[in-house]
Amino acid sequence: MSAYTWWLAIGFLVLGPLVGALLAGIDRILTARMQSRKGPPLLQPVYDVLKLLEKDTLVVTHLQSLYLWGFLFFMLISGFILFLGSDLLLSLFALTVSGIFLCLAAYSTNSPYSNIGSARELMLTMAYEPMLIMVALGFFLVSGSFRVSDIVQGSPWQVLQLGGILIGFLFVLTIKLRKSPFDLSASHHGHQELVKGITTDLSGTDLALVEIGHWYENVILLGWLYLFFAPWGLAVALPISIVLFFAEVLVDNTHARLTWSSALRVSWWVTVLFGVTNLLVLPLIGHSS
Amino acid sequence: MSFLKKSPWVLHYAATSCNGCDIELLACLTPLYDVERLGIVNTGNPKHADIFLVTGSVNEESRKVVENLYAQMPDPKVVVAIGACALSGGIFRDAYNVYGGIDQVLPVDVYVPGCAARPEAIIDGVVQALGILEERAKERKRQRRMVRA
Ligand code: SF4
Repeated sequence: MSAYTWWLAIGFLVLGPLVGALLAGIDRILTARMQSRKGPPLLQPVYDVLKLLEKDTLVVTHLQSLYLWGFLFFMLISGFILFLGSDLLLSLFALTVSGIFLCLAAYSTNSPYSNIGSARELMLTMAYEPMLIMVALGFFLVSGSFRVSDIVQGSPWQVLQLGGILIGFLFVLTIKLRKSPFDLSASHHGHQELVKGITTDLSGTDLALVEIGHWYENVILLGWLYLFFAPWGLAVALPISIVLFFAEVLVDNTHARLTWSSALRVSWWVTVLFGVTNLLVLPLIGHSS
Repeated sequence: MSFLKKSPWVLHYAATSCNGCDIELLACLTPLYDVERLGIVNTGNPKHADIFLVTGSVNEESRKVVENLYAQMPDPKVVVAIGACALSGGIFRDAYNVYGGIDQVLPVDVYVPGCAARPEAIIDGVVQALGILEERAKERKRQRRMVRA
């Protein structure tokens, strides 16, 4: 752990929300342009959160705020570990715990919409978690270490060696970013059968916490995506990962929502087809450890 | 400056309207008018909403829903009545089953006339509501400070 990675990790804590908000803002503008609309200003997500802080917070149970702080805390831990160049698995576990906290917050509010939302969110966790673990495993097999600092300095061929896993990861990224066809736990558009899913009963400051948590999450996921291309250096790897990241917006706008059962089935098939196959053939295509 | 003005989230409810005004209201979200460029988002959730847009002349059934939705919105909030029906009952005014106007059941802040109200008029009404919303936000801040002191 060098001084550089410490700065990176602290930079994540401080600037993470800003980068995440910009990503969200570009996302909204791209979506609007795809629908031939002008779209909101770039900083709209920031305005939204600042507004939420001005609003009253309706508290159903005090537990909800506690869980939401847990959600944000573990999100921070996960990103901090990742940007510190530390253990990838640990970062993944913290990310999962943070997701569970969000579900707990929704469950605690007791509204049927939040309950269905969090039940579906748990289902989605089941759908994407195997693939995420396979990503960490794949990195371990090619670079011989779970440490992010070693993975970054891996062989430039690691993207090709992990091609199947990259496809699988891009697939579950759609779920993680709550994009259609997998936006079934918290729909973007609140006038559907689920209202707002997990966040239905959260308002004011509580909702702002969820938004800020999602900004951090976006940065973490972008970081994961970056790891695949990291050995090529920042100048090449970052643009590629950003382009792939925003390709999700296209998917979002061109697909209708799936039911939870088909979402689960499809993502497990993709996990087996691309992830497991990739892991199995990895010894044949050689690794540099 | 208040950020409420930059990010007003609206809640739309049709309280026994003929759906004419509702279609005009939803037209505001289409690419031609695109109110999202003003940061306006149509949420279907009262707990996320700042502006309550109501159409229709309100009868006993919809009164309960309107009051319930209004009660669930966190302060500061404003109500905009849209269309002749929502203002006074419109062509249904003499019907025995309607209250005849949203202001019979809720405190209305902005009235948008028309049968049906035009999208431009509706956007104008929302923009006027933003001014009131900001006033209310200031008032709310003052109240909170007083509670703390
Ligand atoms: S004002 Fe006219 S268009 Fe609007 S709800 Fe009433 S009758 Fe329908």
